[in-house]
Amino acid sequence: MEKKPDRKTPGGVSRRDFIKGMGTGALGTAVLPPLLGQTIVTKKGRVPVYEKKTIALTVNGQKVSLEVAANETLLDVLRDRLDLTGAKKVCDRGECGGCTVQLDGVPVYACMTLAIRADGRTVRTIEGLAEGDKLHPVQEAFIEKDGYQCGYCTPGFIMASAAFLEKTPAPSLDEIKQALSGNLCRCGNYAKIYGAVDAAAKKLKGA
Amino acid sequence: MNTKEYMAEARGDTPGQAAAAASKPAPEIKAPEYRLIGKSTSRIDGREVVTGAAKYTHDVKLRGMLIGKILRSPRAAAEIVSIDLAPALAMPGVAGAIKLAEGKVRYAGQQVAAVAAVDERTAEKALALVKVEYKSLPYVVDWEKARDASAPQVRDGKPNVEKINEYGRGDVEKGLAEADVVVEKTYRTGFEVHNPTETHGSVAAWDGDHLTVYDSTQNVHSVRDGLARALKVPAANVTVIKNYMGGGFGSKLGVNDYTIASATLARQTERPVKVLLSRRDNAVCVGYRPSSSQTYKIGAKKDGTLTALQLTNMASGGIGAGDDVSEPAVDIYKCPNCKVFEETVYTNTGASRAMRAPGHTQGAFGLEGAMDEVAAALDMDPLELRKKNYSTRNQGDTGLPYSSKGLDKCYDLGARAIGWERRNRRPGAGGGTGPWRRGIGVATSIWFGAGVPGTLADVVLYPDMSVEVICGTQDIGCGTRTHMAVVAAETLGLDPKDITVKLGNSDYPWAPGSGGSQTTPSVAPAVRDAALKAVGRLMAVAAAQLKVEAADIVMTGRKFSAKSDPAKAAAFADVYRALRRETVFHGERGGMPMDQFAFNTFGAHFAEVEVNIETGQVHVLKYVAAQDSGQVVNKLTADSQVIGGVTQGLSAALFEERVMDDATGNPVNPNMRDYKIATALDIPEIISIFVDVFDPRCNNLGVKGLGEPARVPSSPAVANAVYNAIGVHVREIPMTPKRVLEALKRKESGS
Repeated sequence: MEKKPDRKTPGGVSRRDFIKGMGTGALGTAVLPPLLGQTIVTKKGRVPVYEKKTIALTVNGQKVSLEVAANETLLDVLRDRLDLTGAKKVCDRGECGGCTVQLDGVPVYACMTLAIRADGRTVRTIEGLAEGDKLHPVQEAFIEKDGYQCGYCTPGFIMASAAFLEKTPAPSLDEIKQALSGNLCRCGNYAKIYGAVDAAAKKLKGA
Repeated sequence: MNTKEYMAEARGDTPGQAAAAASKPAPEIKAPEYRLIGKSTSRIDGREVVTGAAKYTHDVKLRGMLIGKILRSPRAAAEIVSIDLAPALAMPGVAGAIKLAEGKVRYAGQQVAAVAAVDERTAEKALALVKVEYKSLPYVVDWEKARDASAPQVRDGKPNVEKINEYGRGDVEKGLAEADVVVEKTYRTGFEVHNPTETHGSVAAWDGDHLTVYDSTQNVHSVRDGLARALKVPAANVTVIKNYMGGGFGSKLGVNDYTIASATLARQTERPVKVLLSRRDNAVCVGYRPSSSQTYKIGAKKDGTLTALQLTNMASGGIGAGDDVSEPAVDIYKCPNCKVFEETVYTNTGASRAMRAPGHTQGAFGLEGAMDEVAAALDMDPLELRKKNYSTRNQGDTGLPYSSKGLDKCYDLGARAIGWERRNRRPGAGGGTGPWRRGIGVATSIWFGAGVPGTLADVVLYPDMSVEVICGTQDIGCGTRTHMAVVAAETLGLDPKDITVKLGNSDYPWAPGSGGSQTTPSVAPAVRDAALKAVGRLMAVAAAQLKVEAADIVMTGRKFSAKSDPAKAAAFADVYRALRRETVFHGERGGMPMDQFAFNTFGAHFAEVEVNIETGQVHVLKYVAAQDSGQVVNKLTADSQVIGGVTQGLSAALFEERVMDDATGNPVNPNMRDYKIATALDIPEIISIFVDVFDPRCNNLGVKGLGEPARVPSSPAVANAVYNAIGVHVREIPMTPKRVLEALKRKESGS
């Protein structure tokens, strides 16, 4: 599985906390407004500092264009503005995987991904995984093996699992556990979840 | 909270109601052969969940909806001098603001004020503008310090330490004098946070004088009644809806202050208001499992017969009372002399709440650890010690025989499945490879979960042959929708997918809260009753069509025929259509002879672990959970309940602990990383076994609850396996590497 976004260092302020705080935080208020609309030099060269930006992306096969704030996360855009509420806001800081979606086929925590990073890219959410009435084999397997209880973490698990099986078609049990260790299920149904992913791998192989 | 209060809260008792219903005895029935009940049926709402279509409270979006945010006290104890909402109200985009506190705040995180604004960011900014003047007061956060007579008083004019339970039977001193072996040890459990994935939250909307609230709750009816009381409106004018919920585990049972705040803001602004709590809020203001410090003094004869059992407990639940943990000690084992004394100590932290098998979970950790240490002192097999003191009747106040008890079967089947003979004959005697030591442990549970008499459900037959089952219960993840469909389909000779299930709405027929492991044993019998009435009516219609007596009719497959003349038969569809209009059948969960029997659920769990004696790490390698919860409705979802109970217990045994900053009263780990929760990597193979026990006295299906029974023995089973591996009991959960290494040091020094 693709490396998940960096976590916060103990006791420190993450890059994301800093960015999210820009709108209200004292640091952001003091430093950023003079820069908005201008460019700053970083290691990657000269980059613009946005307050807002219009982005164009493809979500579940549909082209979408909308203006987003620089500090708006992909998760907030999906849930609040595109009404795609399948991805859940559970921890809102990249700890639980409940908001996992695929960005160009790679699973990402949508709460840790700024919406502007999705500009020009393809986003797939749980709502876009089935093909019409035909469920994705991972979705089928989660129903058949009872791979959930309350179902709140399930969209995240399914999106992570589907991307994982694309890359690793015949995983061992240990590989499945490793791949899903970035997703938390508070009902504690892991033993059923990795059973479901194993069953899905077999379905995909037979497909 | 004591268990009786918890069960009453979960049931939503009104005085007299349950007692009146309980007096009607259930009819005696034989264990039938079922077509669907007890088999595996995949969830009927599976497609909604796996496609992201299932709408949870967090997903509710209403036209014109505002976002509400709650300001919380940063101080652990303070006098509120003033609250000024005006600067917040003056901010563009802010539609309303209310004060939520006056006088004193007693913990950091207590609500003070709330605002409603057009979006989350505006609401957050507005909160920062609310001016609160506090006058700090002395406070105490650490429960051990709060016991000192000189500690600041948490409650005005009342001491911090308060007795919560006292119990006695026989003569413990005499029992101890008769004992060949006396073991006295102290076991501790920490603060475990529910941390449901969906944080607590509500969306409130008024339409004239009718209030509709979408709430992430385990009890739509009690939230309705609580809102009606708080807002001084008729309960008939309040509807509470919960379609799906992302976990609760006991922390979402009653009406909450944020729900009242959302309804109040909605009334003030005349717009729908959504209030969602944060992950941090989960560690401060919506409860946790209270801590315990339990000292057991147990006396036993050489043959293992218990002669005395004494428990002293100090619980701590913040500004609320901690749990009574005595039930396992009082009731699991036969022992003539038993004495319990329990106190709670108040601190300036948020109040604890019921958490999956409150009290029993902590108590089982202490008692079952002590039982293993007694077994070691006697050089006896811990399983034999438990069997030696097996009881067939309640050991507490009632002394009634159990209506059924399959714990002996749980012991035998579980021991076989784990390979009990492979355990170290004496704790720590097994050796191992390199630093790793292996061990196997067992623990027992007793819990309630017989269900609630008076639970109602309707079955509606429509002229187009569709069938609806309606009950004002909640599906909190156990698969209640599917259980209702399975029972109705079984009874009516249909498929579960033919049944439309409606639940999660306080306008539907009454059902208790989904707590106390009573949802299925309350709802399934009510649905069965309604469906049997529907079948009775169809049989009467068939009898009229076939011109025979109704008693002569049998329903087989989708056909009615006369016993006296099998050639006389009518198709199910033809009989059904003759009803002509929709017909409602009211079902009720009947009573049980509670004056004659004790109704309980039982279980025995077995864990195999390996422990690294150099690093203190613990891995659980294999787990077997054997349960007696009577008739299982759906094997597939029952398996999940057990796996969840085991996983949460394993997680609590090894990882979970809320840590408070004693200097400020704020949590150090109010998130999902620093508060460690088990992941897929930590979970071994889990085998669930349901022993074959039929309990027709309990209800018309012999169904009992399972959610909590599967949680109670899981932490002690892991702890006892660690003891069996390393030869010293860690006696405190979570068993972090540090605590395991400290225990090993204790063993080395022989103390």
